[in-house]
Amino acid sequence: MRRFVIGSARNLIESSRQKYQFERSILSSPYRFLSSSPAADSPSSSSSSSSTMAHPVSLNTINPKVIECEYAVRGEIVTLAQKLQEEIQTKPDAHPFEEILYCNIGNPQSLGQQPITFFREVLALCDHPAILDKSETQGLFSADSIERAWQILDQIPGRATGAYSHSQGIKGLRDTIAAGIEARDGFPADPNDIFLTDGASPAVHMMMQLLIRSEKDGILCPIPQYPLYSASIALHGGTLVPYYLDEATGWGLEVSELKKQLETSRSKGITVRALVVINPGNPTGQVLAEENQKAIVEFCKQEGLVLLADEVYQENVYVPEKKFHSFKKVSRSMGYGEKDIALVSFQSVSKGYYGECGKRGGYMEVTGFGADVREQIYKVASVNLCSNISGQILASLVMSPPKVGDESYESYSAERDGILSSLARRAKTLEDAFSKLEGVTCNKAEGAMYLFPRIDLPEKAIKAAEAAKKAPDAYYCQRLLAATGIVFVPGSGFGQVPGTWHFRCTILPQEEKIPAIVTRLTDFHKSFMDEFRG
Amino acid sequence: MGLKALDYETMNENVKKVQYAVRGELYLRASELQKEGKKIIFTNVGNPQALGQKPLTFPRQVVALCQAPFLLDDPNVGLIFPADAIARAKHYLSLTSGGLGAYSDSRGIPGVRKEVAEFIERRDGYPSDPELIFLTDGASKGVMQILNCIIRGQGDGVLVPVPQYPLYSATISLFGGSLVPYYLEETANWGLDVNNLRESVAQARFKGITVRAMVIINPGNPTGQCLSEANLREILNFCYQENLVLLGDEVYQQNIYQDERPFISSRKVLMDMGPPISKDVQLVSFHTVSKGYWGECGQRGGYFEMTNIPPKTVDEIYKIASISLSPNVPAQIFMGLMVNPLKPGDVSYDQFVRESKGILESLRRRARIMTDGFNSCKNVVCNFTEGAMYSFPQLRLPPKAIEAAKQAGKVPDVFYCLKLLEATGISTVPGSGFGQKEGVFHLRTTILPAEEDMPEIMSSFKKFNDEFMAQYEDNWNRSRM
Repeated sequence: MRRFVIGSARNLIESSRQKYQFERSILSSPYRFLSSSPAADSPSSSSSSSSTMAHPVSLNTINPKVIECEYAVRGEIVTLAQKLQEEIQTKPDAHPFEEILYCNIGNPQSLGQQPITFFREVLALCDHPAILDKSETQGLFSADSIERAWQILDQIPGRATGAYSHSQGIKGLRDTIAAGIEARDGFPADPNDIFLTDGASPAVHMMMQLLIRSEKDGILCPIPQYPLYSASIALHGGTLVPYYLDEATGWGLEVSELKKQLETSRSKGITVRALVVINPGNPTGQVLAEENQKAIVEFCKQEGLVLLADEVYQENVYVPEKKFHSFKKVSRSMGYGEKDIALVSFQSVSKGYYGECGKRGGYMEVTGFGADVREQIYKVASVNLCSNISGQILASLVMSPPKVGDESYESYSAERDGILSSLARRAKTLEDAFSKLEGVTCNKAEGAMYLFPRIDLPEKAIKAAEAAKKAPDAYYCQRLLAATGIVFVPGSGFGQVPGTWHFRCTILPQEEKIPAIVTRLTDFHKSFMDEFRG
Repeated sequence: MGLKALDYETMNENVKKVQYAVRGELYLRASELQKEGKKIIFTNVGNPQALGQKPLTFPRQVVALCQAPFLLDDPNVGLIFPADAIARAKHYLSLTSGGLGAYSDSRGIPGVRKEVAEFIERRDGYPSDPELIFLTDGASKGVMQILNCIIRGQGDGVLVPVPQYPLYSATISLFGGSLVPYYLEETANWGLDVNNLRESVAQARFKGITVRAMVIINPGNPTGQCLSEANLREILNFCYQENLVLLGDEVYQQNIYQDERPFISSRKVLMDMGPPISKDVQLVSFHTVSKGYWGECGQRGGYFEMTNIPPKTVDEIYKIASISLSPNVPAQIFMGLMVNPLKPGDVSYDQFVRESKGILESLRRRARIMTDGFNSCKNVVCNFTEGAMYSFPQLRLPPKAIEAAKQAGKVPDVFYCLKLLEATGISTVPGSGFGQKEGVFHLRTTILPAEEDMPEIMSSFKKFNDEFMAQYEDNWNRSRM
């Protein structure tokens, strides 16, 4: 057993600490190592009995921002649904339905959507490159997936898919993504502007972390919004500055509303730092018109705001009269470059027609910041080392899928078009169904994966909700769940004009399940209105 | 042109305070040199597969099948995938609704968490609750989540070993907390002295800091020491007395290179100590698929297990996890495979054991080669790498070198490491990136370069070191501490 030499070592320790007066008695006992027999405890001068103090990790001692933030998409209604699901599993007759129909979350493959075959072929080969040397592999995989896998592996140092990559993501994959952005927009993209992340959500968190210094920093967010934004802002201690989308005009985004909210918050001493735009919208589904986007870009430029463009639904557009235009393209087409507008664009592998939520793949394209800011972004990214490699590969595939002439092109485009046209049909069917319900109006889902109908609840229903200590839309959704097994998310989870009620429903259940959903919903709604009609 | 949106001045101050040397100055310089065509040996990060370690075959087979489930329908799949991989792929697919492509439960797939709980029970001899196990995109994300819960403001302190893995210092800076250092004793094999702990806590409290948590890294990073059972008991007692939550970073638990101190989990010791301590001390334990003999860093797979955290607080932590929706599903499968490995009789068992043992035994040999190599230099003292993946030799730098560093505007160990990089292509991380006593210098390297390259790397280092010392010290006078 070693003894610690007190003298010179203690000097070393003391010299490396700042000089504070503290109880000499603590130092008077000889230093011992923990490998020695249990030393007599020399009580530190300020210790308290642990039994009288609250534990460090308990409800009233943890970070209050954690308590404050909310995320309804996997909130109360979902917990309830899972409970009911368990009950049905043990007692099939426990409820008036055989299964829970989860319409709460944009999670296509959990409801039967199939992945794109070509993407999965490439990913499987990259996961297990050893099989590329086997002749049998040719029979199991398409030739172009094998070729693409080789190409990707050659971009990874040592072909080591299990190694941490560059903290922004593998360079070759970023090159591919940049080329894909350029092909999409007609304007160049720099691979050094790309940060690959575990889904788009961590990238959003990173930007909030950079932008928010205190509760005096505000972020303009659409109402209704996807609650990642409200949660992230709360978690980082900032202030959400709401701007209301106009339901009467198909969830229109008016710059006059942006200006008004900006001015109001500034008069309250808030420094507004950024504007979040979700296009296509979530939960609202609108696709912005190009003119509208130009006005937004102009607004951000004039007011010195960072434009945070959530474009994860860019491949989900269901109406012929609208097209997706990236904010990057719009800015560049206005002649605005790096020096004119700070723009962060988010993309993900979770949505579109690929729906690969479980992979956690995505990126942000960061433009219009000085080198010193970019260094900081890189630094924060580096603490987590890198995002998962498989997700990085998938992001590059999404931004550069098979082309005309590739062996897999026909099957790929058939799968893609099948999914997209099915989504469009389901969007329409559900929109029509909602519109037929008494007291319900429903804007068209131009894009994304959701419908966000508005429901005028009778006074009696609102009172019943109050008695049950629930928001009226939450009350409706719970009654719906209990009667039908259908899970919607109450509109209060996304924000809405006070006094209005909504719920969000995804368009993702398989087509053959939609008629049953419509029937059950319609029947429930009728009986609900019968119960509460004035 | 309007006002500037986000510039360095208007950025969150906490972000500016963050330092993460593992991918900092040395790494960036090494990358630059690599672009210029210089051969670089990256030993800056514990990234085994980047240095030639091959992935274990079986998990890759299973995950590849899960990626492409249509393969399972192909009659020829058995020609390139063994039966047990096929069976295991089907098993994991059956635990999900939507395979790899759907968000799972925000805490991770219940079936996988159950496998983790069973692993913990086998390892420690005490039951573990899957509901208290959360899978994460790498252990780092889990550490960040937990610290985010604990740190309310700069009045909150977290005890962190010095030297430490700078994820801790970086995260504490990011969340605006206070790092309360406790020094490990290099001459005592990087031992942990509870009196050092008490002193650190007292100093912090004197400054008005509420010390909330204590981090231990076992086996240590960068220091490699393995804590003994007695060490762990004393630490847990300390946490009990001082009302601290213990954060047990145990990601290197498979990497043990001596037999005197096998890995013992903090949880096992806590449970062994019995009530009241076992029912009172709060503990969060972290593990990963990135280290061990798996080295699957790129998958980003990890978990944390909570002990004695009250249910409503667990709910809050769940809520935060749900904002990020779910950890990536392929890595969850890697985790399941890691904690629920093959058994004797399985078709792939022998190959799996051969591959695993091969890696571990080689790591053990490399730990020795590297330690001895450093100690063969007159001005270098290196504790043996008992565990983990790093060597953290102490460099005795002569006054002339320290002066030269000052002239160059660099911290002395940064100066040394930059010169080492330029002379040999070996990319290390200066000890200042991990924390060290003032006036004492180290560098961290990994023991991960291929075994056959080790002798050359060590002789390359020695050659550089001898030339450096000859340049800055006339007669190589060294003084012992």
